[in-house]
Amino acid sequence: MQVPYVVDERPDTGLINSKLAIWIFLASEVMLFGGLFSAYVFLRMAAPEGDFAYWGSKLSIPMATINTLVLITSSVTVVLSWASLKLKDFEKYKLYMGLTLLCASIFLVIKYFEYTGKFHHGIYPSSSTFMGIYFTLTGLHGLHIIGGMIVMGYMWLPMGSKLWDTDPDHFTNRVETAGLYWHFVDLVWIFLFPILYLL
Amino acid sequence: MSGNNQADIQEHIKVYLTIFGALAVLTILTVMASYLDVSSSEAIFLALTIATIKASLVAGYFMHLITEKQTIVWILILTFFFFLVLMLLPLITATDQTGV
Repeated sequence: MQVPYVVDERPDTGLINSKLAIWIFLASEVMLFGGLFSAYVFLRMAAPEGDFAYWGSKLSIPMATINTLVLITSSVTVVLSWASLKLKDFEKYKLYMGLTLLCASIFLVIKYFEYTGKFHHGIYPSSSTFMGIYFTLTGLHGLHIIGGMIVMGYMWLPMGSKLWDTDPDHFTNRVETAGLYWHFVDLVWIFLFPILYLL
Repeated sequence: MSGNNQADIQEHIKVYLTIFGALAVLTILTVMASYLDVSSSEAIFLALTIATIKASLVAGYFMHLITEKQTIVWILILTFFFFLVLMLLPLITATDQTGV
């Protein structure tokens, strides 16, 4: 069965269904992360003076800066992969989507080293309030990275990208929808980086 | 996004690369700003201002919000309102005198 309005816009909304759906989903994601950001503010206000700054100083700013640049790069490559499909250049799409997946992998590898570095020093989520909210926020964000990789990996591999041969417009819209999600994951990190590492 | 013919897309690509440059510069700026000798409230203001500019660039250009349909803009305005309520919830503790 074909999902309706994935290529042609629905007359009443003026949008394809998948785009409206992903934006509503992202709105719910704003509230999910918003709840945790709110918890962060609450915990920071209640913490003893300098406690958050002390535990925050144990995090690696260089590693997080590199990760920020890696995620920003992946945001550009994913939008370029969509633009390549618009230009009917499937090979370029494969290249840019592949680069996006590479960036996502690099991000997770750096995150892995950050986490294990903390564990080696005996720092766990239970070590302090700051570490509790740090691992919760970055862990949930990391799960979003993995989720995005699964979807984009599917669309990069032949089993997902074969839709291009039969219905290129539908496939292009799928990539755009996944891209919107990916930009949101980048957007969350843009706020996580300063509040956890820099402040 | 408005205008999806080949020439428009080529133009969009130039915009994407410019935004990428801006985001990279702002990332370096926010790290540099964190080493400034300012009060903690000034540091918070500075970091969040830069983060908001970066987020606006991503949402506006990469997510095409500046040219997106009104339906989506209204969904996001509503979401932003509820997000603001969530962010202001901790302030209740500032006025809560229970146990003082």
